Amino acid sequence: MSMSVSRVARAVAAKDLRIELRTRVVTNQVLPFSGLVMIMFAFALDSDDVLQRVAGGLVWLATLFSMFILVQRTFAVETYDGALDSLRVAGVQPQGIFLGKSLALFIELLVLEVVLFISAVVLYRVSVGGLGAVLLVTCVLCATAGLAFVGTLYGGLTAGARGRETLLPLLLLPVVAPVLICATRATESAFESGGVTVGEGWAWVAVLATFACVFGLGGLLSFGSLIEE
Amino acid sequence: MTTATVNSKGVGTPTTRIYGALAIVALGWVLLGGLFFTPEDVVQGDAVRIMYVHVPTAWVAYLAFIVTGIASACWLIGKKHSLGFDRVAGASAEVGVVFMAMTLLSGSLWGRITWGTYWVWDPRLTTTAFLFVTYVGYLAVRGLGGSPEQRARRSSVIALLAVLEIPLVHFSVVLWRSLHQQASVLSPDGDIKMDGLMLFTLLFGVFGFSVLFAWLVSHRQRIMAMQDALQTNALDAAVSERLREAQV
Amino acid sequence: MSTAPVVDFVDAVAVYNGYPALAGVTMQVMRNEIVLLQGPNGAGKSTFLRACAGLVPVVRGSAHVLGCDLVIDRESVRERVGLLGHQNGLFADLTVMENVSFWSTVVGATTAERGAAMQRMAVDGQLANRRISELSAGQKRRCALACLVVRRAELWLLDEPHAGLDAKGRDEIDLIIKEAASAGATVVVASHEIERAKNLATRTVSLVAGQVRDLS
Repeated sequence: MSMSVSRVARAVAAKDLRIELRTRVVTNQVLPFSGLVMIMFAFALDSDDVLQRVAGGLVWLATLFSMFILVQRTFAVETYDGALDSLRVAGVQPQGIFLGKSLALFIELLVLEVVLFISAVVLYRVSVGGLGAVLLVTCVLCATAGLAFVGTLYGGLTAGARGRETLLPLLLLPVVAPVLICATRATESAFESGGVTVGEGWAWVAVLATFACVFGLGGLLSFGSLIEE
Repeated sequence: MTTATVNSKGVGTPTTRIYGALAIVALGWVLLGGLFFTPEDVVQGDAVRIMYVHVPTAWVAYLAFIVTGIASACWLIGKKHSLGFDRVAGASAEVGVVFMAMTLLSGSLWGRITWGTYWVWDPRLTTTAFLFVTYVGYLAVRGLGGSPEQRARRSSVIALLAVLEIPLVHFSVVLWRSLHQQASVLSPDGDIKMDGLMLFTLLFGVFGFSVLFAWLVSHRQRIMAMQDALQTNALDAAVSERLREAQV
Repeated sequence: MSTAPVVDFVDAVAVYNGYPALAGVTMQVMRNEIVLLQGPNGAGKSTFLRACAGLVPVVRGSAHVLGCDLVIDRESVRERVGLLGHQNGLFADLTVMENVSFWSTVVGATTAERGAAMQRMAVDGQLANRRISELSAGQKRRCALACLVVRRAELWLLDEPHAGLDAKGRDEIDLIIKEAASAGATVVVASHEIERAKNLATRTVSLVAGQVRDLS
């Protein structure tokens, strides 16, 4: 009675999003936190010109910091009452769990990023044109897919381990460094900050897409053995 | 099940003794050659002598991570999932992290003397730093606990993911730096006019540090094998303890 | 095929948290049996059930469940067994209905099967729309059992299923177990409720210090 991977993935994602809608951890805690981070950056940098210039990087840094909380949260739900064990005993395909949790994380991250970009426009006075918007949306989608895959992969690895709160950032930060670099450059192109043009941004998006594909495939292949005892 | 027998004369085996002796001889020569016999560089002066440590340790660190990757793949692919591969992977990563730390340290000191700065955001340096942090993370995953099999499974996957990750990091850093027109001081080794003795000493250094690497890894993986065996023996003891418990 | 034992452990050693919770268990369970597993705390009952489910690796000896060799492959047996452990595996912020729906979707049960399971465990009706975090221990357990029922497992592994239930709930559990056995399933129950479970079980096995103690 093994189920198709996509059906499991949909069920897992729907379940995660429903829990989120009900507990409102993202809306009530993570969003205010990331908003605070954006304000703190403004305090630290204290210059409208500099803020406008580095807005892209700040948005993505705030995304990464918030992502750690989201990843911990999404696996705390699974380990709290042994649901991950139950999923394993039930012989549910780990690929389905991986895709489902990645999808839910992807959507939560997207909501977060929309809010962060709006606050960048308001707080840091950046603006984006028509072609820039196309670049920005593509960049956000590719970068977020990569982050969701990597976050799920390493979140699953550290789920249930002692000291996971500190281990997760140590493992995740070096891995997501390419996302930070590429997404930041592409976003700067979209904002045309520092004299870069929109056209220069697409090379970075290509790297982001490659990153998402590599870790999506890597996660599909390895997630099962990472959550196994 | 692996059983490690402890040699009554010490912890070494004939192979490790040969490695050890070779490493001492080679590194002794590098010490003398590097500090005294080789000439100063025209531009860099005595600072060039850092090269005899910096280049070989960097080479060994990269070699170590390659060995970790290959050993992890062997563990995953192998039908028997022999824990020997896992121990070699772990031992190699440990040694690699130490050598990479030495590389970064000697490199930044050298940079301070020749470029006037400890750190430059050069693609090669940045990738190296990321490599260092990634393998520190790998070692943390090895320390997560669980059975040796679980450790092997997790860490081999993480090692292979690192192999995927490194080119991406490197490529994005190269792309990132290519936007900035940086000074061309970034390849110090290329700028040095090397005479025969310098080249010989450098190559001998690479050889010596590689043998040192082999020596350290073979000892370290033996210790790991003993630790695993100890765990197995402890399990035997605990099983018989429980059996006695049942007799009461 | 049908004469082969469902569970066949020979000198099996399993490690839990670095400790040999099973120190050489030799035990067979035949098809359609309801076996009561008894023994003091720490005797290895839970680890035995987890090992049967393929969760805990068997490091020595041999272990076969439903024809699968657990030493070689712990995964293929899983979708054929159902384990209810100390944890319920439920999502606290979802309702009973949402939990059972989730579990029936991931294991591929139909809506009719889900409805029947909820009715059988008496978690339908008003209870169905309550969140798990608002339920009593007994109600949570019944909900977890409903999730188990939709799995249609061939081997049921129940760890203290009576814990936290009132008399009525315990009777219901007994009924469920009997129904499952008469429908062809094999059941292993670990329980402290020895008197109750003895009426239910076809056989009692005692575990002491990680081994089977013969009670004949």
